[in-house]
Amino acid sequence: MSSISVRRLQKELREINKDCPQGIKLVKADDFETWYLTLEVLGESLYKGETFMLKFRFDAQYPISSPSVTFVADDKHQPPLHSHVYSNGHICANILGDGWSPVLSVSAVCISLQSMLASSRKKERPEGNDRYVQYAPDDPKKSRFVYEGMHLILDFQELYFADLTPYTVHFLDDRIWEVS
Amino acid sequence: MSSDYEFSDDDNEYYDGMDMDDDEDVEEQDDDSGISEEEMDIELARGGLTSAGKRKACEVDFDTVTQDAVEALIRRDVEHISSIFGVSEDVASLLLRHMEWNKERLIEKYMDTPTEISVKAGVTVTPPRPPSPPPSGRLASIRSKSSALVAKRTTRRSAAESASRSKVVTEPLVQPETTICQICFDDEQSEMNALSCGHKFCVDCWAAFIRGKIREEGEINIRCMASECSLIAPDSFIRTVLSGDDDTIKRHQELIVRHYVSCNKNLKFCPYPGCTYTVSCPSAASKSALTTIVPTVHCGASENHIFCFGCSIDADHRPVICPVAKLWLKKCQDDSETANWIKSNTKECSKCQSTIEKNGGCNHMTCKKCKYEFCWVCMGPWSEHGTSWYNCNRYDESSGVEARDAQARSRASLERYLHYYNRWANHEQSAKLSVDLYAKTEKKMEEMQITSNLTWIEVQFAKKAVDEVFKCRMTLKWTYAMAYYLEKGNQKELFEDNQRDLERAVEDLSELLESPIEAENIPKLRQQITDKTVYVHKRNEIMLEDTAQGFLEGRWKWNVDVEGF
Repeated sequence: MSSISVRRLQKELREINKDCPQGIKLVKADDFETWYLTLEVLGESLYKGETFMLKFRFDAQYPISSPSVTFVADDKHQPPLHSHVYSNGHICANILGDGWSPVLSVSAVCISLQSMLASSRKKERPEGNDRYVQYAPDDPKKSRFVYEGMHLILDFQELYFADLTPYTVHFLDDRIWEVS
Repeated sequence: MSSDYEFSDDDNEYYDGMDMDDDEDVEEQDDDSGISEEEMDIELARGGLTSAGKRKACEVDFDTVTQDAVEALIRRDVEHISSIFGVSEDVASLLLRHMEWNKERLIEKYMDTPTEISVKAGVTVTPPRPPSPPPSGRLASIRSKSSALVAKRTTRRSAAESASRSKVVTEPLVQPETTICQICFDDEQSEMNALSCGHKFCVDCWAAFIRGKIREEGEINIRCMASECSLIAPDSFIRTVLSGDDDTIKRHQELIVRHYVSCNKNLKFCPYPGCTYTVSCPSAASKSALTTIVPTVHCGASENHIFCFGCSIDADHRPVICPVAKLWLKKCQDDSETANWIKSNTKECSKCQSTIEKNGGCNHMTCKKCKYEFCWVCMGPWSEHGTSWYNCNRYDESSGVEARDAQARSRASLERYLHYYNRWANHEQSAKLSVDLYAKTEKKMEEMQITSNLTWIEVQFAKKAVDEVFKCRMTLKWTYAMAYYLEKGNQKELFEDNQRDLERAVEDLSELLESPIEAENIPKLRQQITDKTVYVHKRNEIMLEDTAQGFLEGRWKWNVDVEGF
């Protein structure tokens, strides 16, 4: 664990304890590797009254590299029914991938997810949920989601020729992800 | 894009003085009218090199470019833009990258909407200042049109004026009061740095961030670390932050070169692992050109770094053009195994032509689709069998014969495909096995040196022969792909004659190479192999040259629609 991530997480921990955003509660933060938080959607929304558990995993490069964030899916907790949340808890959200910025924080991610849920109009799983869950890696950061409005053109042979690390790409309706 | 690259073609000088009479009418040589090894070298060399004076139709003009040369081209473009727009080279580089190095389009767009382009390219943030007063009329005339977007917000502004604006914003817009880096919260860290947006972070965080982006993600445009800030770090900033980490700076430079090459249709990066050379081949830059030429090129690092400038199907798929080679490969991937299986395991219903697999013991077949009942053995209608099919005494019944004829016809196209596929695959297999042949030949060469008084130089003919066999097998392989798609006619027959001649010669040479070595016949064998190698080489040249010429003359007609035809 590098001192940057520890120092940064210490600071975030202090701030969350002091002034936690509404609807968000820190449940468990025993170390600087895995944190658990609960999340409620405030106001009128499809998820009124539901509480979700979020799991944050940090690596030594945090906050330069993004945290790995999933909704907990076990006997007690279910991930929200949302078109960007797979049933295994993986979340397809720009700020957890390409849109991550080192100035974002745990609470900033929680607030974003809150508003993602709050703006939902329909409770449904993403298209191709079953296939994704079947093939998905344990760490959602290893899935490269293609966010809305982004286009990805892949020429396999050219990739092969360019001597890039080989990887499998699964196509799934309008969403594409690759598993390295 | 201009293509005035300057490169040496020193390889070619040496052979310029050689006698270049191109005698295309090759007759099979008699065994006693052999040619010396020296002549063979010349013959082989002639085939391998492009003569400055006369170019073969089966070869394309190309140049090889080093990474330094590409960097020089990039510098030239950057300096050019920087002097036209009056912006720093950092800004010019970002603008060019944004416009995919298309200088003409950049100039046009920048004259139109300088602010919009600058914001999109990550050079500057959206200008927070109110519109400035109109500048002097002399400069304003540079502007051709005013874009609706800018015109709404500002009065007429000249390109030069907004250029000075982007210089202005290189000073931070906001001065944050805090001196603690908002990423690492390290209060011992005092050295802060920011892009022109003013988002200050400590140098260590910047370095870690930029290093990660370059090394792990291969990113050339590195955005400010602040959330939703779209400013891109200019090269000088990257160099300052990474000072000391030359490897990463070099990697970034490499990525820029790759980006430049991938944006330029005339250039292609050598696909061999670790190679940094680029090849320039303007004649194969357009898609339509690929229907008449096969741009097989090699880079300056090695003569063996051969690749096709037009596609990534095979390094050298001459004589067949890229679109047809692609068509063939696709067919093979889809069909060959399936076709083989269908051929050996199924028959077609003689009424509706559905393909039927017999998966039970009884010969009384009922087509699932049309409910036609027939006998699997004789293909005749079941009604003629009654209950006594066990003898199948109806085999010669006319309806049975007809059914079998129909079967044969419908199988013909499958047979035809398999004919070409099997030969194609066979040459590929043989070419792969030539690695073994190479090892075997090397052993033989040693043997020859021991059993006869030949020197090392003198036994090299065997190696040359193996090389030639390999090359010709690649040609032969692709001639089958081509022949499959060629329309029946005289031209195809001529093509197949050439193919046959080459194939026969290659098989002869292969056989010679496999023949046992006995001390007394070494000189004879050596002569035979040398002669045959030259002959095979010439046959290969004729095959390639005639096909290439045919493309230029539009002689080849396809039996399918080929993209671009």
